[in-house]
Amino acid sequence: MSSTEAPLPAPPAVALSVLRAEHVTKQFGGLVAVNDVSFDIPQHSIVSLIGPNGAGKTTLFNMLTGLYRPTQGRILLGERDITRARPDVITSYGVARTFQNIRLFGAMTAVENVMIGHHTQMRAGLFGSIFRPPWVRREELQTRERARELLAYVGLREPAFDRLASQLPYGDQRRVEIARALASQPALLLLDEPTAGMNPQESQALTEFMRAMRDDLKLTILLIEHDMKVVMGVSERVTVLDYGKKIAEGEPTQVRADPGVIEAYLGKQAS
Amino acid sequence: MSELRAQLREWREVVEKRLPRWWSRALPGALIVIGIFLPFLFSSSSGFMNATIIAIAYAVMSLGLNIVVGFAGLLDLGYVAFYALGAYSLGWLGSGFFFKAQVHVLVSPVASTLPGVHLNFILILIGAALICAAAGAVIGLPTLRLRGDYIAIVTLAFGEIIGVLAVNGQSVPVGGGMTLTAGNLGISAVDAPYFPGIGSFNLLNLRPWYWLIFAILLVVLFVNLRLRDSRLGRAWIALREDEVAAVSMGIPLVRTKLLAYSIGAAFGGMSGAFFGAYYTTVNAGQFQFGFSIFILAMVIIGGLGSIWGAVVGGLALGYINNYLIPDVLNNLPAKFGFNFQLTQVEFGIFGFLLVIMMVLRPQGLIPERRRRLELTAEIAPADAQLAEAPGTPGGGT
Repeated sequence: MSSTEAPLPAPPAVALSVLRAEHVTKQFGGLVAVNDVSFDIPQHSIVSLIGPNGAGKTTLFNMLTGLYRPTQGRILLGERDITRARPDVITSYGVARTFQNIRLFGAMTAVENVMIGHHTQMRAGLFGSIFRPPWVRREELQTRERARELLAYVGLREPAFDRLASQLPYGDQRRVEIARALASQPALLLLDEPTAGMNPQESQALTEFMRAMRDDLKLTILLIEHDMKVVMGVSERVTVLDYGKKIAEGEPTQVRADPGVIEAYLGKQAS
Repeated sequence: MSELRAQLREWREVVEKRLPRWWSRALPGALIVIGIFLPFLFSSSSGFMNATIIAIAYAVMSLGLNIVVGFAGLLDLGYVAFYALGAYSLGWLGSGFFFKAQVHVLVSPVASTLPGVHLNFILILIGAALICAAAGAVIGLPTLRLRGDYIAIVTLAFGEIIGVLAVNGQSVPVGGGMTLTAGNLGISAVDAPYFPGIGSFNLLNLRPWYWLIFAILLVVLFVNLRLRDSRLGRAWIALREDEVAAVSMGIPLVRTKLLAYSIGAAFGGMSGAFFGAYYTTVNAGQFQFGFSIFILAMVIIGGLGSIWGAVVGGLALGYINNYLIPDVLNNLPAKFGFNFQLTQVEFGIFGFLLVIMMVLRPQGLIPERRRRLELTAEIAPADAQLAEAPGTPGGGT
């Protein structure tokens, strides 16, 4: 692996839609958090998932990454049915995510956090770890090196690399989380409110960075976002959820004009 | 106080920078050499030698439990189960207990004429490790869906089950009039370790016992150090820190957790087999709940998650329990005119020590590197601003 190129090779080309959800429903007891939602994520696109608080966006994310199992419906990653797959398996298929409230491993350094992201790319098992043959040593060194490259790529400054994640400033923690997700060499990256807590300039920078990531790494990005400026600026398609149901879908301008969406956000009087 | 600490840290950094690179490797090397020659400083059957052997065996257990509790963050209150299983592995594989069998592999000339299963001690160690690793996976399975305190309760129950099984195993037939255990009577005629060229170990000369357990300690220590800085070790710590994030990053939950239980159990089993041979008996009465807590106390006093802490914690409690209290200070109360001996209040002493530790040095004697970083590094600038802002609870994420 040469270190002069972009840190990650292109993911393998799959069918035209990277991910497809078919009639996905999730019930928690009597509460229907996600109700019969279907949507497609075209390859190499940036798709936003929006909706008021409690609309079921994060629940949908958790189903796509295997943390929840859908009550009904199917989820296809390319040609592959991942509806009942375990989260770690889905990650190894090329889906990576960040979390709404940052979930870094606080007692590990930034580099180690990203190395955890590389877990699925590494081969050392129990005995490899204990006896540490040359290939394990090499794998360990390469992984560390690539983790540093990724951290540099997301814009972390060198002195922060070996600091504990819990001691990094908020913005850097967001960066490390994105680097950790990128480390698993995903084809599809799920970002759960990445601009939360950022000021307009930072949000703008992140918007541009998302486009850069998509082009550099041949990624497809699914985004949950509340900041409409970011949503309208970056996404090619927008899916709107309200009370667990999909109420609109399409290009940003279409969605913005949709009466149902305006009603969901502003209430009935305004429409 | 904090200024003094900062000053000390600065000096340490200056000193560390001036030392040559091989220095960090020289210290463990020197300790190993001292460890090898230590027995020659004491008489071969002294109480101190006895205490040292037991303390090292405790340190081995402490290292095993540290993988489960310290690395993977799974609070295990039933570790005594693996002491028991390890000891019974010795009873089953290295004594005349299964008197109908005739199996002899590389054992002393005397043992090879006796009925029963008699394997070489190294084979018994491996057998004990394998049996306990399997049992560790079994105890791990029901805890996979549980968190925190609930794991502790399940493991505690498992420890108790093994204890009861050890007592009642004398009524469990395994065919040919033989039973699973000998209950409170104990399996007593266990083989002493025997190595060609060295001969059988005996309790008049404790030095071979010392070298044997010291070698086991080195092996277990080596495995611990290698695992800590590996893909698997990182996965354990990630699971400990945030299970949801860890599985979302591709760490297989079941396999990673079961490996922690199994490896921790295997070390407990090796130490248990050694104890069985050293005490020359495998008795159901040895395996009490209190022992699980005793080992856990070693891990915590040493510093949760710290390998060298687990060793120091095991040695410290081992010496206090087997040398300091019974041999050195036992008559101390009498000197002050009290009518009791110190051994009668040893649990009180341990409790007192734990409380003192938790107040003065909650991070343990040799804290884990990560925890030390957490405690000493300066607060990140953004968090500092938050902390200064009035009315911000907690200050930081």
